[in-house]
Amino acid sequence: MAAAQVEAPPIREYPVIPILAHDAMAGSKPYVASEKINEAIGFPGQLVENWQARAVEKMGELLGKYRSLRVFLDACVHCGACTDKCHYFLGTGDPKNMPVARQELVRKVYRRYFTFAGKWFPKLVGAEDLTESVLEDWYKYFNQCSECRRCSVYCPYGIDTAEITMAAKEVMDSIGMGQKYTNEIIGKVHRLGNNLGLPGPALADTLETLAEEVREDTGVDVRFPLDEEGAEVLVVTPSADFFAEPHVYSLIGYAKVFHAAGIRWTLSSRASEAGNFGLFIGNYAQMKAIAARVREAALELGVKRIVVGECGHAWRVAYSFWNTLIGPFDFLDSRYPVPQHICELTYDLLRRGAITLDREKNDHRVVTFHDSCNVARGSGMGGMPRGQFIIPRELIKAACNHFHDMAPETIHEHTFCCGGGGGLLTDELLDLRVKGALPRMEALARVVEEHGVNFMATICAICKAQFSKVLPYYKFEMDMIGGVHQLVGDAIRLGRND
Amino acid sequence: MSIEVGGRTLETDEEGYLVNLSDWSEEVANEIAKAENVAMTENHWEVVNFLREYYNEYQIAPAVRVLTKAIGKKLGPEKGNSKYLYELFPYGPAKQACKIAGLPKPTGCV
Repeated sequence: MAAAQVEAPPIREYPVIPILAHDAMAGSKPYVASEKINEAIGFPGQLVENWQARAVEKMGELLGKYRSLRVFLDACVHCGACTDKCHYFLGTGDPKNMPVARQELVRKVYRRYFTFAGKWFPKLVGAEDLTESVLEDWYKYFNQCSECRRCSVYCPYGIDTAEITMAAKEVMDSIGMGQKYTNEIIGKVHRLGNNLGLPGPALADTLETLAEEVREDTGVDVRFPLDEEGAEVLVVTPSADFFAEPHVYSLIGYAKVFHAAGIRWTLSSRASEAGNFGLFIGNYAQMKAIAARVREAALELGVKRIVVGECGHAWRVAYSFWNTLIGPFDFLDSRYPVPQHICELTYDLLRRGAITLDREKNDHRVVTFHDSCNVARGSGMGGMPRGQFIIPRELIKAACNHFHDMAPETIHEHTFCCGGGGGLLTDELLDLRVKGALPRMEALARVVEEHGVNFMATICAICKAQFSKVLPYYKFEMDMIGGVHQLVGDAIRLGRND
Repeated sequence: MSIEVGGRTLETDEEGYLVNLSDWSEEVANEIAKAENVAMTENHWEVVNFLREYYNEYQIAPAVRVLTKAIGKKLGPEKGNSKYLYELFPYGPAKQACKIAGLPKPTGCV
């Protein structure tokens, strides 16, 4: 029953590179998944007996399968360009949270078993056996990487450091060292269709309540359809949109957009989750199985378009991987992007004059935008360069009179992770999450001071949940965080399409 | 992990959520609440009882809007919002109230 011990660093006037604090986060690690959780998704229940040999074998398998991994392990020259780019390093000062040092935990093992020099002269090349203490370090420090890929932006060799984290996680899963939060959720999405574990009847009841609330608020019958065959659009959104605040306000926003534009849409109880935690553990088979639900639901319901709601990593998976995971999409309407992001859909409607937003409705808000890492560094939007940065901001500016970006080195492809991505959004890691949010909180503090910003919009369920929890530690109000479609929903003219 | 209530040892997970939902009783709830530094009042019980009723029907805790709506009906519209629920359960109504109600922790991006 150990409540997480949390100590929020004080906000500094200027970001500075921290003084090294050796082993500062050596005590931080998530709960290991139980036998039941692991076995439910086909992983060994607990640490297997010959784990060392099995782990090395798995590494070999991954190196054979993913050439990128071998290149990323070989190419690093330890130049250090990445060291101060990681929010967890900036927030904790623990040198093992320097991306280069974190990856070295894998590289030294790779050299030992897979390179000539490491096999014969390990000491000369810094190669090390995969010992129990190395494995312990893997478990701790690869669970202190949110796979946000900010460090990769600055790497002169373009090393995708998140792939190394994912590989380490995949190796650990294969020997029974999986992480509870992620693996429990993967089990739920297979069993019940969503990460939350929301069964169909509960989803139907929740949507009914939302429709009633919107009717009470606006006097308009905005629908929240579920499993409606023959709808034009299937919306796949994070299950947090059904369950939590502020997520639910974006769901209400999507419903209002469809209502105002007169588009028939539906949610699906089979694919009641956009998130795909298979990505976080680098497991292709899990990713594929989780994504398959979306294809099945789309075919079953006979929709012509698939639209993805406000979920960062889901959009990366959909935009970058769906085609090979669950394509081809020849049954969808090719006049629209396949898949389409909800921001693309709303932006398109707005430009065509199919919906109208009244900015004054958001005049009580001074807004900034937090780019979510998987959208910013792993996807695109609108079929134009930098569309993933432009479109959400254009939507905000169409819905609000007051918008101010945060400092340029903290937005767009340089954006800082919220501190809770990659499968780290779990209570026992709260101290890490609070510390990792420091760079974003500093950038936010500056626009709060300079422009009176009182609302940070984002398009990711993890970011929303993470900031709701973390903002109060930095003396901000928790309801400062919300979705882009929350702003759109508050500004949209509903008309009478009911 | 486990907790001791009235001479019985009840199994919990690492975070103190009951493993067997049938182990729950009001006495158990009071014990968990004490460990969470939550002093149970009548209004806390309204929330906990609603969570349990909803769970019995749907096998999941209610979504926050469903909960606030129900609480607004029971305790008055000024209390039907998550700000009030956070006053009752400072670590968040979903997680902390579920723990006291003996329900599993909501997972996902919440």
